[in-house]
Amino acid sequence: MNYPYWVAIGLLMLGLYTMVAHRNLTKKLIGMTIFQTAIILFFLMTSVKRGATIPIVGLGPAEAAAYMNPLPHALMLTAIVVMVATSGVALAILTRLYARYGTLEEDLLAERIASAADEPVP
Amino acid sequence: MPVVSALPAWALMPSAVAIVLILLSRRRPALRETWSVLAAIAQTALVAALLPEVLAGREPAWRPLTLVPGVPLELRADAFGTLFALVASTLWIATTVYSIGYTRAEQERSQTRYFASFALCLCSTVGLAFSANLLTFYVFYELLTLGGYPLVVHRGTPDAFRAGRVYLLYTLTAGLLLLIAIVWTGRLAGRLDFVPGGLLTGVEAPAGALWALFALFVAGCGVKAGLVPLHTWLPLAMVAPTPVSALLHAVAVVKAGVFGIVRVTGFVFGPVVLDDLGAATALAWLAALTIVAASVGALVQDNLKRLLAFSTIGQLSYIVLGAALGTPEALTGGALHMASHAFLKITLFFCAGAIAATAHLDRVSQLTGIGRRMPLTMTAFAVCAFMLAGLPPGVAFVSKWRLLGGAAEAGSMVASVALIASAVLNVAYFAPIVVRSFAPGAPGSPRAEARPTMVVPLLATAAAGLWLGLAPDAGGRLLTLAAMTARQVAGAP
Amino acid sequence: MIRAQLPVLPLVLTLTGALLVSILGIVRPRVAWPLAVTAVGAAALAALAGVADVVAHGSRRYAVGGWPPPWGIEVVLDPLSSFMAAVVACVAAATLIAARSPAARFYGSTIAAFYALALVAVTGFLGVIASGDMFNVFVFLEIAAIASYALVASAGGPALAAAFRYLLLGTVGASFYLLGVGLLYALTGTLNMADLAARLPALGGSPLFVGGVGFVLVGLAIKTGLFPLHGWLPDAYTHAPTPVTALLAGVATKAAAYALARMVWYVLRPVELPVPLVLTWAGAAAIVVGGVLALRAHDVRRMLAYSSVSQLGYIALGFGLATPVALAGAYLHILNHAVMKASLFLVVGAALAAGGRPLVGALGLGRHMPVTAACAIVAAISMIGLPPAGGFFSKWYLLQAAVATSRPLAVAAILVGSLLAAAYMYRFTEAIWATPVAHAGAGDPPASMQVGLLTLAAATLAVGLASAALMDAVLLPAAAGAF
Repeated sequence: MNYPYWVAIGLLMLGLYTMVAHRNLTKKLIGMTIFQTAIILFFLMTSVKRGATIPIVGLGPAEAAAYMNPLPHALMLTAIVVMVATSGVALAILTRLYARYGTLEEDLLAERIASAADEPVP
Repeated sequence: MPVVSALPAWALMPSAVAIVLILLSRRRPALRETWSVLAAIAQTALVAALLPEVLAGREPAWRPLTLVPGVPLELRADAFGTLFALVASTLWIATTVYSIGYTRAEQERSQTRYFASFALCLCSTVGLAFSANLLTFYVFYELLTLGGYPLVVHRGTPDAFRAGRVYLLYTLTAGLLLLIAIVWTGRLAGRLDFVPGGLLTGVEAPAGALWALFALFVAGCGVKAGLVPLHTWLPLAMVAPTPVSALLHAVAVVKAGVFGIVRVTGFVFGPVVLDDLGAATALAWLAALTIVAASVGALVQDNLKRLLAFSTIGQLSYIVLGAALGTPEALTGGALHMASHAFLKITLFFCAGAIAATAHLDRVSQLTGIGRRMPLTMTAFAVCAFMLAGLPPGVAFVSKWRLLGGAAEAGSMVASVALIASAVLNVAYFAPIVVRSFAPGAPGSPRAEARPTMVVPLLATAAAGLWLGLAPDAGGRLLTLAAMTARQVAGAP
Repeated sequence: MIRAQLPVLPLVLTLTGALLVSILGIVRPRVAWPLAVTAVGAAALAALAGVADVVAHGSRRYAVGGWPPPWGIEVVLDPLSSFMAAVVACVAAATLIAARSPAARFYGSTIAAFYALALVAVTGFLGVIASGDMFNVFVFLEIAAIASYALVASAGGPALAAAFRYLLLGTVGASFYLLGVGLLYALTGTLNMADLAARLPALGGSPLFVGGVGFVLVGLAIKTGLFPLHGWLPDAYTHAPTPVTALLAGVATKAAAYALARMVWYVLRPVELPVPLVLTWAGAAAIVVGGVLALRAHDVRRMLAYSSVSQLGYIALGFGLATPVALAGAYLHILNHAVMKASLFLVVGAALAAGGRPLVGALGLGRHMPVTAACAIVAAISMIGLPPAGGFFSKWYLLQAAVATSRPLAVAAILVGSLLAAAYMYRFTEAIWATPVAHAGAGDPPASMQVGLLTLAAATLAVGLASAALMDAVLLPAAAGAF
């Protein structure tokens, strides 16, 4: 049974559910992070081989077959960077939102935005 | 047969250049008007220069660029196109001179936009007159729609904007239907050229498809042509200044619609295909219905310009009727009627505008005695009204006589009845105006004729209508051009 | 020598520009706009040179770092990608030129940040287009997206909430795409597009394939703003500063649409799955729903946003009709829509700067801003699809394809879409005519804005007149590669 894959899918669902169901924007962000992490985990799981060791040269015998597929690992490093950058921007936005409107609850925020009647931005 | 020559394209240049020059002359009214007049004269001269070639049977054609793969932008001066272009260009001269007088009298604003839009409309009109295929026609047809809008909403009143909205709604929807029809034709026939006698002759297609295609074409062109029930925009558009109504709604826009219908019936479908389908009879009935309904509608109108609008709707369907009947006589009459109606109706509109600008009256009921105050104007009105009704020696008599002959030739009872009934109704709605205007008016009303810049054009067009009636081939050989068209489409009589 | 670098040159130029602007611009803000315009202008020239090169010599591939494919990352210059790169670079150039005055007024001393982010975003879009590797597309997609989120949020206030929503949905989209790529990698063992296209037909029956295709397409559909996955679009376009919206509306969704087309027609080619049918229906629905919602919008920017949803429907419809003419028409519509939408948002920005209020029906330009009004009218004519503007010709090709494949519903959708476009553009245009400008003495905007607007208006007309040449030289060959 491919338990690792089920775990990844479970985390994916959890992340999506959190994004949709919770009203608080920070929690949505957390859900998004869980969602992205699940995908990263999924990718990494595709690199695993029976009897292989982690893909760092020198830790095992010389043939390539003894190592896990290094490509997904490399790709996921990039994906993690992307995730971190996105989270950074998201947190910056949330900080500004909280400073401006005093709340991060979705419905309350919508009310306060509507009543603030800002000048239209040219 | 086609001859390569850039002259048809040159004919578009004066108006195209005029648009730019007028836009650049925002601060100099005299310069604006000069550009318009010069362009009108130049355009007429260039179209007239095409006459010798066209009358000899050679059709100067030019393809400057490809619009879509397989279909060029092609301008070709054939008999029918030259007829339309010549009439429109000549009348542009008259309208521009008249506009100068009218806009000064009414103190209209935004004249740059006005004259530039006029130039755009005339450029598009000549463009579609010389279009050699359906796509070129469509490009200029929609350009004409665009050019007409600023003129309809010129006065900027809520009524004007409402009229503009209705105008756009009708014309844009019609344009879309026309576009679908054109794409479909391209699929059926493999090409989009106007072929005398019909592009679709010999094309294998189910009758239902051809009926649907024909309906789309008629709806597409019928809005501009004022076919009932697509005519509603035209009376509303009378809110525009009179020179606009005169040229556009009696000569350019509506004639473009009718021109399109003749192109569709004669050069896309052809009389043979239409007769086989039975669509010719349907169109004839529709035209007859429009003629009678519009004439009745004119009877009950009090607003003079609206009355003339309904009259236009009816008269346009004479041309549609000619196209539907499809016999050489009928086609000659229909084609010539494009010219007859243009000259005569424009005079009537000029008179209405002169009355509105000088005496500030726009209702028939107010016109008692106006003939004594404005004798030149009202004489021209009276003469043209009766000529339009079909009385000899007007040019409309020549075209209507041919149409009646064509109706007899085709054996169409409906057509003959509609033509005769309409002639009677024409007299019925014009006569009261004429009689009332020459009745004794308020005592002591001074003679206050309209300005010369308005009177001279209307007398000129009225005289032209009379002269062409006596010698239809004088000047621009209009009767010959009409006969050539008929021969191309329907074969020799 | 430089010819070999053409595939990658545009995005290198914008990336370098972004770097220089962010460093030098902090020291001297005045240098930000000239540097940015130089960078994106050079990129536009390079992109156009790329198109000329492809027309003359055929496709060109570039291996990043010298590593050969299929293990190395490949950058491809073929008819489609060169065309799209030229569209993105040129529209971005015109928009950044025009953005000088509104951006200067709005951002003040942080102007360098705006231009740097804009250049990063353009780099991202150019990278998506040039990429020949599936994962590379993800990376550039996210580069562009992060910059876009920040740009949208820069307006403060309601834009912050809109940007957050954009961020959430955009990340979900990109993550779905990544998941799909993962599934396909698990199936085939390669990430190179050409290699994938070669290997997939043999493996097409597997559930991994269906899953991979599904996730990739849904993810890209979210990024494109294709109905019904367009939820982030209206708010983001409404509240962002207008130069940002002009850039994004003109360019962002188009790059994602390109990626969608590339995946569906050139790489994945899911023949047993009903993908073209779904695209056709989604496109038709987008056209109608977008148009209706645009009519009901009160804020003019929201109207233009829903209009974008509607126009993207045309593009999706073209993708779904599955003939070379349909695809080529969709590509042409990408060009037309990029130009029209950027132009319209810039006009709205100019009108707001002159004191107008962003309500449809109140956005006056009056008689005092004739150049702006003329450009707005040209863009409106193109939106409605009247000749000789470019919008007519893409509509013609789509109609031709719809009639040729005997799809009356597609024809009806195009018809209804044009009528709706006429309706909502009409109110916009009537207001431009009839409503006077709010600040007395307001005239046409500064020269930089006028240059940008006039370039876009001229482009609309030029594309219209040259559409046949474009089709023959670039677009039909591009579409032919799909069959």
